[in-house]
Formats: sequence, C-alpha cells, structure tokens
Amino acid sequence: MLSWTKRKFLTAAAVAIPLALGSFGAIGEAAAEKVLRVIPHADLKNLDPIWTTAYISRNHGYLIYDTLFAMDENFKPQPQMVDTWTKSDDGLTWTFKLRDGLKWHDGPDVTAEDCIASLQRWGKRDGMGQALFEVVESLSAPDAKTIVMKLKQPYGLVLESIGKISSNVPFMMPKRMAETDPFKQIEEHIGSGPFMFSKEDWVPGSKVVYKKNPNYVPRSEPASAAAGGKVAKVDRVEWTYFPDQTTAMNALISGEVDYFEAPANDLMPILSANQDITVEINDPLGNIGFARFNHLLPPFDNAKVRRAAIMAMKQEDYLAGAVGDQQFWKTCYSVFPCGTPLDNDVGSDVMKTGDIDKAKAALADSGYDGTPVVIMQPTDVPILSAFSLITAEKLRKIGMKVDVQAMDWSTLTSRRAKREPVAEGGWNMFHTWWIGADVIDPMAIAFSGNPAKGWFGWPEDAELEKARTAFAAATTVEAKKELGMKVQERLWAIGASGQLGQFFTPVAYRNNVKGLIKSPVQFFWNMSVE
Amino acid sequence: MSVDANPQVAEPEAVPAKAELSQWAIIRSHPSIIIGGILLGIMILIGVIGPLFTADPIALNPIKRLKPPQGEFLFGTDFLGRDVFARVVHGARISLVVGLAVSGIAVFIGLIVGMISGYIRVLDAIIMRIMDGLMSIPAILLAIALISLSGATLTTVVIAIVVPEVPRVVRLVRSVVLTVREEPYVEAAIAAGTKLPLILYRHILPNTIAPMIVQATYICGSAMLTESILGFLGAGIPPEIPSWGNIMAEGRTYFQLSPWIIFYPGIALAVTVLSVNILGDGLRDTLDPRIARKM
Amino acid sequence: MLGYVIRRVLATIPVMVIVAAFVFLMLRLSPGDPASVIAGDYATAEDIARIREQLGLNEPILVQFTKWIGGLAQGDLGTSIFTNLPVTTLIAQRIEPTIMLTLTTIIFTVLVAVPLGTIAAWKAGSWIDRAVMVFSVAGFSVPVFVLGYILIYVISIKLQWLPVQGYRSMFEHGVGPFLRHIIMPTLTLSVIFIALIARMTRASVMEVLQEDYVRTARAKGQSELKVLLSHALRNAAVPIVTVIGIGIALLIGGVVVTESVYNIPGLGRLVLDAVLARDYPIIQGLILFFSFIYILINLLIDLSYTLFDPRIRY
Repeated sequence: MLSWTKRKFLTAAAVAIPLALGSFGAIGEAAAEKVLRVIPHADLKNLDPIWTTAYISRNHGYLIYDTLFAMDENFKPQPQMVDTWTKSDDGLTWTFKLRDGLKWHDGPDVTAEDCIASLQRWGKRDGMGQALFEVVESLSAPDAKTIVMKLKQPYGLVLESIGKISSNVPFMMPKRMAETDPFKQIEEHIGSGPFMFSKEDWVPGSKVVYKKNPNYVPRSEPASAAAGGKVAKVDRVEWTYFPDQTTAMNALISGEVDYFEAPANDLMPILSANQDITVEINDPLGNIGFARFNHLLPPFDNAKVRRAAIMAMKQEDYLAGAVGDQQFWKTCYSVFPCGTPLDNDVGSDVMKTGDIDKAKAALADSGYDGTPVVIMQPTDVPILSAFSLITAEKLRKIGMKVDVQAMDWSTLTSRRAKREPVAEGGWNMFHTWWIGADVIDPMAIAFSGNPAKGWFGWPEDAELEKARTAFAAATTVEAKKELGMKVQERLWAIGASGQLGQFFTPVAYRNNVKGLIKSPVQFFWNMSVE
Repeated sequence: MSVDANPQVAEPEAVPAKAELSQWAIIRSHPSIIIGGILLGIMILIGVIGPLFTADPIALNPIKRLKPPQGEFLFGTDFLGRDVFARVVHGARISLVVGLAVSGIAVFIGLIVGMISGYIRVLDAIIMRIMDGLMSIPAILLAIALISLSGATLTTVVIAIVVPEVPRVVRLVRSVVLTVREEPYVEAAIAAGTKLPLILYRHILPNTIAPMIVQATYICGSAMLTESILGFLGAGIPPEIPSWGNIMAEGRTYFQLSPWIIFYPGIALAVTVLSVNILGDGLRDTLDPRIARKM
Repeated sequence: MLGYVIRRVLATIPVMVIVAAFVFLMLRLSPGDPASVIAGDYATAEDIARIREQLGLNEPILVQFTKWIGGLAQGDLGTSIFTNLPVTTLIAQRIEPTIMLTLTTIIFTVLVAVPLGTIAAWKAGSWIDRAVMVFSVAGFSVPVFVLGYILIYVISIKLQWLPVQGYRSMFEHGVGPFLRHIIMPTLTLSVIFIALIARMTRASVMEVLQEDYVRTARAKGQSELKVLLSHALRNAAVPIVTVIGIGIALLIGGVVVTESVYNIPGLGRLVLDAVLARDYPIIQGLILFFSFIYILINLLIDLSYTLFDPRIRY
C-alpha cells in the first residue's frame, strides 16, 4: 500500500512538472483528438506491401488497405470487402460481389476492375499468389461490383490465398496504383482501409502517422483477427520507431507512449512488475525457430549428418537461452505450429531426441568427414545470434568442426542466396524464425522440396513436392490433414531443417489501451485509448 | 565520444630541463607516469595470465542465466548464462590487443606516410588532400561502414579504427619533418649527397619518436573506447569474442534488470583507458615539453 | 581576404571528390546487397535478381559512379532504395534535431569548459586545477551510452524530472518542451567534449600567462580578472576555437550514439540504419554531407581567427 501511495505521488509529480514546463499548445492539442502512440516492432522503411515482404510494411498495409477476404481467429477465410460469393458446382467459376460503401481515400468507389488489377500485381510477387495464378484462366468484371474468377482446374486454396493473413497480403489498391510494375514501388498510398496514411508526417526511420478514415464503413460482425468489423476508435495512430529497447521500455513506463509492440522478452520482469502496464501474448501462434541447413554443400548434403545435427538440438536449451522466461515459449515438434489444424506427430522423433550422446552416435554412423560447418550469425538480431551460438556449441560437442561467422542480417540475407561452395562465399547453416501463420500449411515456401524454386537451403525431395502439390489441389479437410502428415514425414525424414520450438513475443501497453485483437498480425482498429 | 579522443593539447608545464636530471628523477617528478604505468601494468597482467585461472568465458548455461553476482559467479552471469567474471578477464586481453594493435599500426603507417609527405614535395599535396578527405569523414561512421560492409572480424575492427587515426598521425609527423629538414645538420647531410632513405632513417625518424610514443598512448585509449561504442552500435567484433564492448552491448537490454553485465566491464574499460591517458600525459610532459606543444 | 576564401573553397573540391570516390567504392566492393534485404524471407534467387536489375545495381560500377557524380553536380544526392524518397528530403527531415543537439552541446560545453579551464590555469597546481584535470581525463574514459543509460534511469525513471526520450522542435512545440527533451542528450554528449575543451583552455591560458605582456600587465597593477579576460583568454582563443572545429567530427560520432540512446530522429540514426540495410544512396549522401559540413566549419573557423587575433591576416 505504501508503495502504491509513493507511486501515486510520483505520478502526480510527473504530471505537475511537465505542466509547469510544457507549453500550452502541446497539451491542448493532445486533448483535442484521441491518439494511439505506438512503438512498432521495426522501422517502416517501405510503403509497398506487395514489393516487400517485411512484416512492418504488411502492418502498414492493414491500416490503410482493405482485403477481399480475411482470416478470422480460427484461421478460416471470411469475406471482408466481399459481400456475397458463389462457387460453381465444378469448382471452376468463382463469383465475388463487393459490398456497398467501399470508397478509396481520395473519393471514388472501389470497383471490381481495381480489385482485379490488385490481385494480378500480387500474383506476380507472392508465392501463394503465383501458385493461384497458375490455375487461374481468367479474371473479369461483368459489372463494377462483380469479380468473376475462372480456373483451369479445381483448386483447394482459392479463399486461403486471397484471404491470406501474412506477407504478401493481397491488399486492394486503385487500378492506377496496381498497374505499377510489381518489381517497382508504388508512388501513391491510397487505400480503402479504416485509416489513411499521412504522407507529410512520415519521417522514415522515426515516425509514421495514420489518420482515421471518416468514410470507412466497417462490417457489422465483431472483429476477429483480420476479419469482422474494422472500427477505427482513435483519430490518429502514431508509430514512433525506437532503435533501443531500454529506451523504448522507459518511454512506456513514463507514459510517453501507449503501446509497445515487440518488447524483448527479457524486459518482461520490469514491465510486468509495473502496475500501469499490461503484458499480454497477442499472437496465439507465436514464432517458430528454424535452423536451416544448406543441402547443396557438404557436410549437410548428407541427410544422415543433418539428422544427427537435429538430434543434438534440444529445444529447451534454445528457448531458455534465447527467449528466457518459460511462460513465453513451449517446445513444439510438429512442423506446423502446435495448436493449428495440421499439427501432428508423424516422424518428429528425430527432433525430440535432444541428446548429445545419441547425436554423437548418429554422427559417427553418418560418414561425416570433418568438413567444417560455416554458421552465419546475424549479430543485430539478438534471438538469432543466440540460436547460432547455441547450435555452434552443440555441433562442437557432437564432434563437428564449426566456424561461426558474424555478420549483420542484411549481409546474411544476401549471402544465403549463394549456392556456391563455402570457398566462393557459400554457407552451411543459418537460423531464422517464421511467424506461425506463415508456416501453417505445406504450401509455405519454408517446406519446399524443389531446389530450383525453393527456399534458401534448397532441399530436394520429389515425394515431398508431390505431397505439396496434392495438398494444393485437395478440397476436403480429411485429405488436407492426410497430406499434411505426409509432408511432415518427408521433412523429418530428409532432415530439411531443425525446428527450435515455438516462442511468443508479448506486447506491452498502458492500462488505458483497450480492444486489442488477438492475432498473429498486429492490427490497430478496434483499439481505443481511454 | 571516443574516436578522436586524443587531446591535441599543449601542456607547457614547467619541466626541468632533461640534461640536468637522471631519467629516474624525471619520472619521479611526474607521478602520473608511475600511477598510469602501474594501473596499466595490472590490467596487462590480468589480460595475459588472468584467462588461465577463470572459467570458460563462452560456455553457455541457459539455466543459470542472469544470476546476480554471488557465490559461484563473482560478477554474475549474462543472458546466456555465461560467467561475466570470466568474460571481463578475457575481455582485458581483447581490448588491450585492440588498443595496442590500433596504436601500433596507426603510428607505423602514419610515420611512413608522414615522412614521405613531409620530405617529398611532389607527393605532399596529393597525400595531404587524401588525408584531409579521410579526416573529414566522422571516424565512427567510417568505422561502422567499413566493418558492417566488410564483415565483422577482429582484423576488420582494428583496420576500421586505424583508418581514421592515420591522418592525425600523418599530420603530426609531417609537421615534425618540416621543422627538422630545415635544421643545419640535415641540410648538411643533403648537401653531402646522403641517400634519402638514410636521411629519413638517421635524422628524421629519431626526432619523431618522442611525440609518436605519446600519440600512441592516446590512440590506444581512444581505440578501446571506440571498440566499445562499435559493439554498442552492433558493428563491432564478432559477439562470440568477449571484448568489453561486446559484453556491454549484449547487456544493454538488461541494464535495469541485471546491471552487473554492464557495470563490471564498464569499470574495467574506464580504469584501463584512464591509466593509458594518465600515462600518456606523463610521458608527454617528460619526454619533451617543446614537442608536447605541437600536440 | 576574399582571394583567400575563394582559394580555400576551391581547395575543398578535390577533397570532396576524394571522399566521394572513396565512399562509393567502399560500398560497392563490400558484401551485402540491398536487393536481398528488400526481397525478404520469401524471395527466391530470381526475385532478388529482378530487384537488383530494377535498382540499377547490375550496371558496371563506373557507370553507377558517373551517374551518381552527375547527380551530385546538380545537387541531387540520389534516392533512397527503401523509402523511395530523395536523400536530400531525408536529410532535410532529420537535420533539425542534429543541428540543435550539436549547437546546445557546443554552447553548453563552451560555457562550462572555458571558465573551468581558465580557472584551472589561473590557479595552476591548486585543488581546483587537479579536479579539472582529473575530470578531463576521466571524461575520456566513460562510454557515452553507459552515461546516457545512467542519466535516464536516475533522472527520468527514478526522479521523473525529464522525459526519457524524443525530440520536440522549438519552432513547433515551444521552448519549454524543446529544453526538457534536449537537456539530457546535451549533458551526455557534452561530457567528453567538456573534457577536451577544458584541457585545451587550461593549456593555452597557461601558456599566455607566461608571456611578457601578461607579466607587464600584472606589474602595472591590472586586476587579475582583467588580465585573465582581456589578455589571457583573448590570446588563447585561437587554439580553443581550433579544437572546437576538430571536435565537430568527434561530436558527429557522438551524435550517432546519443541519438540512439535518446531516440532522437536525427541524422546519426539515419546513417546507422542505412548502413544496416545497405541503403547505398543514403550512406553515400550522408557521409559526403557530413564531411562537407566538417570542411565548411573548419573553413569558417580559420576565417574567424582574424576576429580573435588581429595579427592574423589573409
């Protein structure tokens, strides 16, 4: 009680001093409109959510753009801009009708033509979009509000694709913007979403401002992840990027900001102890840690060596070391995030091993010849940096030679694209994480088994690819589950990557912030400041 | 900040003329040499033999992470459960290596370039323009760019800190050379047809030694600070290597929760840089107050 | 005088060209590729190649360099790869906090360091002198970010006197908020600078105090204060101002760290973020811009000598 009184006193002092020093104008302005002051998880460097896959650009996209379909909290696509839709009995013709009241920020109505152009631009960049457009025969707009999509063959992921929740999200843009070369950035930022981008207030590297869109007509359903009514409950959303975590935390504690999107887990003891601040896990799926092997180069061109390395990876060690407090992580041995529809147990024994001695024995059987392993360590990403050190220690313990090479993330991203031998700039291993929503089904590029089109590391497995292709065409829940298991079995059999468990990044906010939406993606509608 | 922390300062204290006193008396009249020397000696001792007696500085122990200083862990543990005491002791070695390597290399390159520039008129203008250019780039930015672009290793960090230091040494050497070459005995040597390298070696080099030793101490101190700042900015020595800068940089998220991670290496760094600077001040006053004025 | 100014300004051109070429080559010859950063986690090698082409990164280095220099000649520093905004716009957006922080630091430093150094020289050997000297050595020995964290923790969190972070423009928000936000960064950044200038002042003033004309003035019975102000300090001004000029480079380095710690949206952060993302045009433009400012300030300082020392003429 005593400490409460003291806190109260300090708070009063904190209010009094700024009042004494502050100019009248600043305070008057703050009272006039409701502002949600946010520390975003990264600096918004780029405003085109189709051109880049950066999550921060995706979050920016959700503020100002709208989507035809959107994923609800059960990961089911629900109509968002679409009012009604039908599918022909042969599954080849899909008809979508736009709902009333959709307007671009600069005035005109949203038309079917706009949406078609937007889908086409997205289909040239996004992986799921490219897959969808391989089966699309035509897109047409019989009238201003109707979109007709004709397919060459039935496809199981039409709504999952256009209602995709994470990067690249098929955001709807006016036709003139959507006609920009997909490999070039858009020049304007006009959407039809609940907030409008304020270009004159944008200071790259520091501040982004969104203003409420007074003409937005939200759906009547309650908000559920990306689906449901997107009601803007504040007049302004202000993002201020903080490069320094300690400073960001202190700004939240002192009430200079309201919402901290991605505080480091290790700040939690201080933040949770503060009675003015709520700490909450917002993304039920969390992130999945990945230890990625390069399948093209020795020693990891040998599945036995990869599997031996995986056996040494004890998830608890990674999670405790890199994430810390146990309430923010859990082990997960399914390749699809635990708690999602395809979560299963097939073939995951290798990952569950987590034992140095067994791994050592497996390595001895593998024919490992002492080729050193080059691990790329991204020193500017603390969690991945820690993952790299832990893997290095484990591989050394099982008898591998390890060379940890420190670099920043951007060097890593360019070096991991190299398929050449180590001597020519190649690599053997790196660590990353995927947000759960991105690896929710076999279509994720992380699970590719085709080295020509697949993701860095380039595993090759024809059976895996067959199962993935079949999954895309499958139309029943049972068939999808079955094929999900098949994909997982192959992934573990070839030791495609090590999985380091599921970890959650809590958000922290001052108690006067209400209406947070549970979702793998950060949304700012429905949130209010009281 | 550190980078250019070489106080380019004249200290015209009344120093007894060299000839009248023995070297020991000179040193005794400048307690700063003794204080600085002893402190630095202790740090060097720690850096050289200390690592033999500590736990493994890179052994991970996630279960014992962020333990406060007590019992088994004299200075506590960091976020990966590594022993901060072991890391600080090993860090002494790395920070001293960075400091000494940077000062040694910068002075060596600066000497050669400075002598050439001061002696060979044709090259002077070109060299000095290049040096002006290098000097006009803020040292820390240059270092960040060099390191993050060419990959972080101990070597690149040393090079990146050396590059911005070189122009300052070159300028100093050049100014000494310009003065010395007008001296009668040098002119006599030139007139007698002595070869250029011999003139440089025999007449010019000895005159630059005293100011160079002093300059080297300042560079050494500033290099250690720069290393820590590069670590803070995420562009330093590979994090696997426990330099003081890295330990502090990794501990900065835990500044309020586990302050010991920053506190101990911070103290070690401050004491070492302090000792080097005190030693430098003392040497400058002792070696030659006349030359000291040029610095 | 005018002839000298023109000659000095012309002499900066080759220096700037050297800096430009150096920075450009350093960036292009280094590993790391903006295209792959942009492309992100999902991109395939083909996507990255496409983006490289769009950005013009596939052209020969010489062609890229000529284009960039051509732009420079017209005052165009290029366009940021990520934000798609002209580098000049980015600099304009960010320059105010950096200038203000630099100015407040210089003003505060001079106000503190020059009197400290003068008193130390005047009372050479006394405890004041010793204290100043100890501080001036210690000031070089503490990493700036540690100092910043300690100030934030004590002043903002424990005492709650000042805001933790951020910057408020004097012109937009008024003088009060401006001062409240700039005090701690200024303090943090000043420490090392005060140490430097105090040492310099002490040394210069001491030297002047030994000159004959000062002895004469003292012998004539002028007050100590007058001797200090009108003779010693005046004559010590040239070396002091010189050090302030050299200190500008030091200050810009310190700004990078201070801006990170206090979350000030200035140029220091801009360049650091650009390096990490490999946004070449920003890095090139900013380093060039900084070195231009450095050269300009040192030119102004050279010219200011005539103000302090009438014996100097150009």
